Amino acid sequence: MEIDPFIFRLSIFILSIFIGYFVVWSVTPSLHTPLMSVTNAISSVIIVGAIIAGLAGNSQTIFNISSIFGFLAISLAAINIFGGFLVTQRMLAMYKKKKKNK
Amino acid sequence: MISANLAAVFYLISGVLFILALRGLSSPETSRQGNFFGILGMVIAITVTFLSIGSFSSGFFYVLIFLLIGGLIGAFIAYKIPMTAMPELVAGFHSLVGLAAVFVAIAAFLNPEAFNLGSLGDIKLGSLIEMSIGAAVGAITFSGSVIAFLKLQGIMSGSPITFKGQHPLNALILISIVVVTYLLCSTQSSNFFWILLAISFLIGFLLIIPIGGADMPVVISMLNSYSGWAAAGIGFTLENTALIITGALVGSSGAILSYIMCKGMNRSFFNVILGGFGATEQSSSTGSKEQKPVKSGNAEDAAFLMKNASSVIIVPGYGMAVAQAQHALREMVDTLKKNDIKVSYAIHPVAGRMPGHMNVLLAEANVAYDEVFELEEINNDFANADVAFVIGANDVTNPAAKNDPQSPIYGMPVLDVEKCKSVLFVKRSLSPGYAGIDNSLFYKENTLMLFADAKKMTEEITKNL
Repeated sequence: MEIDPFIFRLSIFILSIFIGYFVVWSVTPSLHTPLMSVTNAISSVIIVGAIIAGLAGNSQTIFNISSIFGFLAISLAAINIFGGFLVTQRMLAMYKKKKKNK
Repeated sequence: MISANLAAVFYLISGVLFILALRGLSSPETSRQGNFFGILGMVIAITVTFLSIGSFSSGFFYVLIFLLIGGLIGAFIAYKIPMTAMPELVAGFHSLVGLAAVFVAIAAFLNPEAFNLGSLGDIKLGSLIEMSIGAAVGAITFSGSVIAFLKLQGIMSGSPITFKGQHPLNALILISIVVVTYLLCSTQSSNFFWILLAISFLIGFLLIIPIGGADMPVVISMLNSYSGWAAAGIGFTLENTALIITGALVGSSGAILSYIMCKGMNRSFFNVILGGFGATEQSSSTGSKEQKPVKSGNAEDAAFLMKNASSVIIVPGYGMAVAQAQHALREMVDTLKKNDIKVSYAIHPVAGRMPGHMNVLLAEANVAYDEVFELEEINNDFANADVAFVIGANDVTNPAAKNDPQSPIYGMPVLDVEKCKSVLFVKRSLSPGYAGIDNSLFYKENTLMLFADAKKMTEEITKNL
């Protein structure tokens, strides 16, 4: 009997939780705010689902109810992706070490 | 058009890049590279999605337009937002992830053919369950984050909103979510799908209103976690590895942060979630606090004390963020350092309104991160320091947490500020902190209260140094 592909996805999911657990514990507490903003940005990879939904309409009807929700989701996720990564970058650029010659 | 297998490999690569993005945050030096990995992972995921669909019809044009609109808004916000507003921003972003998850779930429910999930009214059972979970958690994330945003922004009062029968009502709604999901899966009726979304929005709203403003660090972390689980739910529906990996990473990240925040307050997760903290305690403490004598001073006294010190520890709190005093504080510290006074910063895990809030503000004010210490690292140094300069913090310094078993914050790890030779408290009034309890530190002999706006007071001290 073949194994349902769902089980493989579940395995990836469970193992990723463990990876997340160990990786996040090693994040230094002073970077917890950038951690939140970057997790925000990466969870917006949900945009791949939005793109599929947006492009699902045929050439006659680009806009049907389903694809409209897709397009809206694209915009929402894009706000997060650009906003999340850029604000993280802005924050990380501020973390500086003590300058010796100061 | 690329094959589904090749696309899956690329999604895996972007998942790995996201792991590296988080890994980079283990130290400030590697963090910028980590962020780059994250961006790269995102670019790969989006590009591969386009390539795997292949048909560059006119729909493609609209995808780019909507992507551009969102991107411009996001970039604009990212550059404009002041660092003090970071908690609101993160809460707002969480709500968008939640709403995007809901929209994708709706799109998939209405047009399952596009996602290979069966046909409308006959969606594969497994996919329907995954979709329902993604949609429900997404909806909870959305409405919960909106409430958190409104509370942080001050549009909604930060005090907890409680009413009779709140917990039974919430429990009832949670049960009905399960029931409706079951009905949806057995009948495939879209009515149940809409009902599911509606009650999920409602429960997200109800779950967050009883939680007080100062418990926001936990709430934000928790919503961070939810947004991850929502993404993972959608990831299962779309059979997309990048989304599953990311969802799991973000979900566990948020969960760990909530745990750290709860531990910083010595409270159980359920205690925070059930809410009402900060409202109930207030009545019990308003007894005899007005009578006790308090020593208050002005900027000159404070400057005098610090000038004669050899080491000073700064304890920033939410009040510093409110007064935007971080730059003024840094200037004061610069002056102190010119006088050969050793200065370090002590940060309590729950200082501010979100994890790491104080660190970002200090970094913004050009404070080197190796002068900033966490509670465990610096707590022993207070005994050897001459002056503790507490700016906008309160409960995290309250000795009651160590010696008063009756106190609601008993057992919470606190900074041993009272061990310093003298303590300077910059505060607007004697009013208790969010926990609603009096701080015995205010009445100690070696404490000098500086009643003023944090920013003005720091500026004046600098002038007097």
